[in-house]
Amino acid sequence: MQRIGVFVCHCGSNIAATVDVKKVVEIISKEPGVAHCEDYQYMCSEAGQAKILEAVKEKNLSGIVVCSCSPRMHEGTFRKAAERAGLNPYMVEIANIREHCSWIHKDMEEATEKAVILARAAIAKVNLNAPLFPGESRVTKRALVIGGGIAGIQTALDIADAGYEVDIVEKTPSIGGRMSQLDKTFPTLDCSACILTPKMVEAAAHEKITIYTYSEVDKVSGFVGDFTVDIRKKARSVDMDKCTGCGLCQEKCPSKKTPSEFNRGLNTRSAIYTPFAQAIPNVPVIDRDACIKFKTGKCGLCEKVCQAGAINYDQTDEIVTEKYGAIVVATGFDTIKLDNYDEYAYNQSPDVITSLELERVMNAAGPTKGHLERLSDGKHPEHIVFVQCVGSRCNDNRGKSYCSKICCMYTAKHAMLIRDKYPDVKVTVFYIDVRTPGKNFDEFYRRAVEEYGVNYIKGQVGKVAPQPDGKLLVQASDLLDNKQIKMEADMVVLATAIEPSSSVRKIATMLTASIDTNNFLTESHAKLRPVESPTAGIFLSGVCQGPKDIPETVAQAGAAAVKAIGLLAKDKLLTNPCTAKSDELLCNGCSVCANVCPYGAISYEVIQVNDHGIREERRVARVNNALCQGCGACTVACPSGAMDLQGFSNRQIIAEVDAICR
Amino acid sequence: MSHGANKAEKIKEISGVNPLRCMKCGKCSATCPAFDEMDIKPHQFVSYVINDDIEALTSSKSLWKCLSCFACIERCPRDVKPGKLIDAARQLVVREKGADYLKADEIPELLDEELPQQLLVSAFRRYRR
Ligand SMILES: Cc1cc2nc3c(=O)[nH]c(=O)nc-3n(C[C@H](O)[C@H](O)[C@H](O)COP(=O)(O)OP(=O)(O)OC[C@H]3O[C@@H](n4cnc5c(N)ncnc54)[C@H](O)[C@@H]3O)c2cc1C
Ligand code: SF4
Ligand code: SF4
Ligand code: SF4
Ligand code: SF4
Repeated sequence: MQRIGVFVCHCGSNIAATVDVKKVVEIISKEPGVAHCEDYQYMCSEAGQAKILEAVKEKNLSGIVVCSCSPRMHEGTFRKAAERAGLNPYMVEIANIREHCSWIHKDMEEATEKAVILARAAIAKVNLNAPLFPGESRVTKRALVIGGGIAGIQTALDIADAGYEVDIVEKTPSIGGRMSQLDKTFPTLDCSACILTPKMVEAAAHEKITIYTYSEVDKVSGFVGDFTVDIRKKARSVDMDKCTGCGLCQEKCPSKKTPSEFNRGLNTRSAIYTPFAQAIPNVPVIDRDACIKFKTGKCGLCEKVCQAGAINYDQTDEIVTEKYGAIVVATGFDTIKLDNYDEYAYNQSPDVITSLELERVMNAAGPTKGHLERLSDGKHPEHIVFVQCVGSRCNDNRGKSYCSKICCMYTAKHAMLIRDKYPDVKVTVFYIDVRTPGKNFDEFYRRAVEEYGVNYIKGQVGKVAPQPDGKLLVQASDLLDNKQIKMEADMVVLATAIEPSSSVRKIATMLTASIDTNNFLTESHAKLRPVESPTAGIFLSGVCQGPKDIPETVAQAGAAAVKAIGLLAKDKLLTNPCTAKSDELLCNGCSVCANVCPYGAISYEVIQVNDHGIREERRVARVNNALCQGCGACTVACPSGAMDLQGFSNRQIIAEVDAICR
Repeated sequence: MSHGANKAEKIKEISGVNPLRCMKCGKCSATCPAFDEMDIKPHQFVSYVINDDIEALTSSKSLWKCLSCFACIERCPRDVKPGKLIDAARQLVVREKGADYLKADEIPELLDEELPQQLLVSAFRRYRR
């Protein structure tokens, strides 16, 4: 029997206002095995922890129960206190009488009774606790960043500057992400390429950074500090070392009909292509689905014109296997498809475009060389209508329930840029709310209205109808005037909702990182651990975690880097000792546990046993402590009761249940 | 509970609409083909119910001008269904007065093969005098 000390925390009034803590102490003091019991206002404070140390010494305690908040908050605190008092830290149990009790009950009598029961369950468990000792695992001093947008680039630069090796895996032929598609950026209106390109160049030139473009993550195994990753370098069909980036091949390629991904399908590109002029690396890839050589065996023009002899049609995908201590996800976003929004006539008229498409139209390197013109007939527009919140803040099943956060600001930006360059063009913006929290953001929006004369109307567009004369008839509401208005426009620009990159599900599954119902990666704690995934060793950077503009993305990218560096700086990690263990005498080698283990931690070996004088060979399960995450799946699956979780053994759990039912 | 609030509850019950879901975007009013004929506009149906101003709603012109085309229901980004609110207000009036414009046994004679069923149901509700 253990000598147990029980400490009941008031948590200010969080617990004490609903649970009669004195009464809990009075009842629990009489429990068998309890050698000490007291209450205190804040057990987590220095003074509270000192009480544990004191009691252990004076009463020679062997186990501790703290009745307090969730173990997610302070289990670590109390384990450390126990360790300082000379106890094994795993001799501490928490009875959660806050989240599980005081916060969810109103009646004091009931809550007090429940607190007593929860304390009894914890006491029953501590009675069966045994000291546990964490193992050690190594840390590979190299980080992987998945996604080469501004988020991935910034995270990689920060980690590399701290002296660690970083690899960036980017699925498109160049790093840069969405920011490379933008023309000018709010709130300062500097040119996107001018501020992004130096970062791209810096990343490419950094001796600690390796960039894999046109590549994807194929497989991930291992755990925090020791991940093994297969990276698929897709066949580029161009030799990276030989190509000089002269661009002759792209000029001469006769297959020029493929919609340009970079220009959002507003124009076409050749089969051999670099997505944009400042691409890094400046080495083209051959899109084999569009290439005439790959489709018919004829052509081969690029090979003939290439002076450097860089074209290689025989290249195949290559798998690079590398070890990493930390992985940062920075897979970014896309705009949603507008197929469900017939009312805006997006699929009917080329003059109805998304805001991202407008970025390309406004850009000097875009499909119209930066001239603002109607894509249907190249005419200069007289009136442009912007619609905000297209597909954002939707509770129907057509769009997204969240606010995309960046559209209010970029719409003000677009409206202002157009009015600045073409003062003759009338600009109308339909909005539900204009949301501009952020430094100098509201001032920016007000400038659009006050200095640039952009007409903001509170209301929504109900219908866009292409007219025979090529104009667009816009029917909308003006809620402040309580009118329905019809106006002619030459172009309609839709501030389209953003969503996480479509590949994020696959990435999250490989990393066992959790995602929310909108496919944004979930952070470990919404407030206190915003750049960490709940899966150890996985960090989040940029829009893959939630909608953000560039300044926020860059700030978060730095934060993710710091967390990764904090991990890489360690030489060894302590492993969780609460792992599964199989009892050789009970295990019948059925393989059920290995089939359910999500971490591949279970293997089998054949051992010699002496069963009542009979020597025989038996196939038994072995758990790899470094891989086991203590999820407990195997203990439930094992038909012979051989598998048990240390620290959460079947006996302990039954004892808890017994105590509750007593 | 006031008389008005009672009626508001009734309207919510009949329509199954939770008016608090409305974010006041005005897409319903931007869509409505009968907007110009109405005194109280589709987005206002919602606020009138929230504010328990049911008398105004039941005595409005809009009650009889709504075409029950359900465009507002189709397009509302918050799935509020303002058209169902006015529909319910109409029913409230019909039920109270109990005076039907058409008798059920007069219908078959008026039926047209091509007539959509939805129209029939709407007609019943609207032309009850
Ligand atoms: C129309 C528009 C205008 C905007 N204007 C502004 C502005 O003026 N100012 C401002 O501050 N912000 C602006 N933004 C927001 C800005 O674009 C984002 O904040 C920024 O691009 C986020 O960077 P990111 O790296 O998180 O994501 P992204 O830029 O999307 O980068 C993600 C990268 O990851 C890659 N990737 C995705 N999946 C995988 C995978 N499975 N494996 C490998 N790589 C993968 C992608 O190819 C991409 O290169 C605008 C956005 C839009 C849509
Ligand atoms: S071989 Fe393919 S990539 Fe090269 S020029 Fe011909 S079509 Fe273009
Ligand atoms: S506890 Fe979970 S992770 Fe550990 S061996 Fe069992 S199934 Fe695998
Ligand atoms: S469309 Fe829906 S959310 Fe918008 S004002 Fe009308 S009822 Fe409210
Ligand atoms: S159902 Fe009525 S209120 Fe709604 S759009 Fe049609 S006519 Fe207008």
